Amino acid sequence: MHATGAIQDIPGKFDPAQVRDQFPALRREVYGKPLVYLDNAASSQKPQAVIDRLIRYYSSEHSNVHRGVHFLSREATDAYEAARKRAADFLHAPSESAVLYTRGATEGINLVASSFGPLHVGQGDVVLVSHMEHHSNIVPWQMLCEAQGARVRAIPVSDTGEIIYEEFERLLGERVRLLAIGHVSNALGTINPLQSMIRQAHELGIPVVVDGAQAAPHMKIDVQALDCDFYALSSHKMFGPTGVGILYAKPEHLKAMGPWQGGGDMIETVTFEQTTYNEPPHKFEAGTPNIADVLAFAEAIDFLEGIGQDRIAAYERDLLDYATERLLQIEGVRLVGTATEKASVLSFLIGDIHPYDAGTILDRLGIAVRTGHHCAQPLMRRFGIPGTVRASFALYNTFDEADALAAGVRRVREMLG
Amino acid sequence: MAAQGTIRERARDIVEEFGLFDDWMGKYEYLIEIGQGLPPLDPLYKTEAYRIHGCQAQVWVRPEMKNGLVFYEGDSDALITKGLVALLIRVLSGQPPQDVVETSLEFLDEIGMQDHLSATRRNGLASMVRQLKRFAQVHSNKT
Repeated sequence: MHATGAIQDIPGKFDPAQVRDQFPALRREVYGKPLVYLDNAASSQKPQAVIDRLIRYYSSEHSNVHRGVHFLSREATDAYEAARKRAADFLHAPSESAVLYTRGATEGINLVASSFGPLHVGQGDVVLVSHMEHHSNIVPWQMLCEAQGARVRAIPVSDTGEIIYEEFERLLGERVRLLAIGHVSNALGTINPLQSMIRQAHELGIPVVVDGAQAAPHMKIDVQALDCDFYALSSHKMFGPTGVGILYAKPEHLKAMGPWQGGGDMIETVTFEQTTYNEPPHKFEAGTPNIADVLAFAEAIDFLEGIGQDRIAAYERDLLDYATERLLQIEGVRLVGTATEKASVLSFLIGDIHPYDAGTILDRLGIAVRTGHHCAQPLMRRFGIPGTVRASFALYNTFDEADALAAGVRRVREMLG
Repeated sequence: MAAQGTIRERARDIVEEFGLFDDWMGKYEYLIEIGQGLPPLDPLYKTEAYRIHGCQAQVWVRPEMKNGLVFYEGDSDALITKGLVALLIRVLSGQPPQDVVETSLEFLDEIGMQDHLSATRRNGLASMVRQLKRFAQVHSNKT
């Protein structure tokens, strides 16, 4: 069901040291200590190939896309559209025209809420989310519901941080016209059982929007196998630049949806009386796009696929298991989120120590973690805590860094416990 | 708790105390200790009216005018933040409002806590200082 597996295909053992070498930022020191970067769920570092691509583009290839007949413009357009093909293949989308460029997962979800939402959600209807959603998969739906006279309801989450499946099934029957669900929880790491949730939603004619921001760096994604209606992700969490993302949408939806923003590139003909629109995906991409970052994002996809997502998933699962075990050996450490299927994230509390205090001390030890509510306030309230300390791993993190985290947590206990 | 001396004198004492520690760990341990020594704020005042925003931890500061001087008391649910609150109170509480308005609090620099003042640190120290000064400002105009 999940994208780990296929370990037998792994040629040799995964070597994070080789991967690390490609990330110049990981050589940094902070406060005179080697940086231990465990804030990957917020944003990942960038490999040299991605950085080089940005420099190459601005040094010699820059021109506006879809506009000029001149050489540079055609070259930029070709590269820009080739990147779309790379992104489509990455998600196993049926065609490039099903892939829209956005500023990130947040913008992708907002686009769906604005252009698709009103076609499906009306007075008295329900948009169903889960209790563990990131604010960016809650607030756009609240805005839609406010405009439509509908309401957002949330699937409850168990003490282990998993969707209570019977509740999901029960809620589906209550005028739900749209399901918006995260693939992987940013605060807990829980991998949601999308395959069966999507199937059950579809049986009732309910379209499904997936927030894939936290899944894309860690596992293989196949939008056709999932059969989701929309899938949104962000480049910057998967080793690409900030400010660019992908929204996959089923082609039939893109045909039905009205344009989102007006401007250049999204039109066919413009008169003061009437404007006709371009075909998808360009209908949804008004204005000069983020060309450089799109090209560098394609480079990040090459990087990920070059290593192989199954290898990445297998390595990260071992690393997460090891780090979990190390942390649980420390007296007073309590994990928040203990789902059977997890990716990347270790959210925890140390006795009564405030997460902010813990994060401040870990920072001084060179360990970058996130503290607070992780943009998931309803979930924190559900657990009755102000927030957690969150360590989130990526493919370049090592077992030694998991040890460093554990040592750091022990130090925090000594100082604050 | 009402310390003696001007803002400058009290700050100098703090810098001296922190100077006894060679490394950041000692300094933070001392800061935490100072926080633990701060008398807790009466729960009655732990309300929205006294809450300082812009902080991951909860912080409250209650200002009061007495005999032409500003007095502050405060609290936080995080110990490092509470230590910072305690330092500010130690330096600023019981001072003439005009002095509070004009102070630059360089001592935080000298004890290695300057990065807590940056707006990006979500501990709200910057907004805490703003808040303390705002109260003093209002009252310095009256006197």
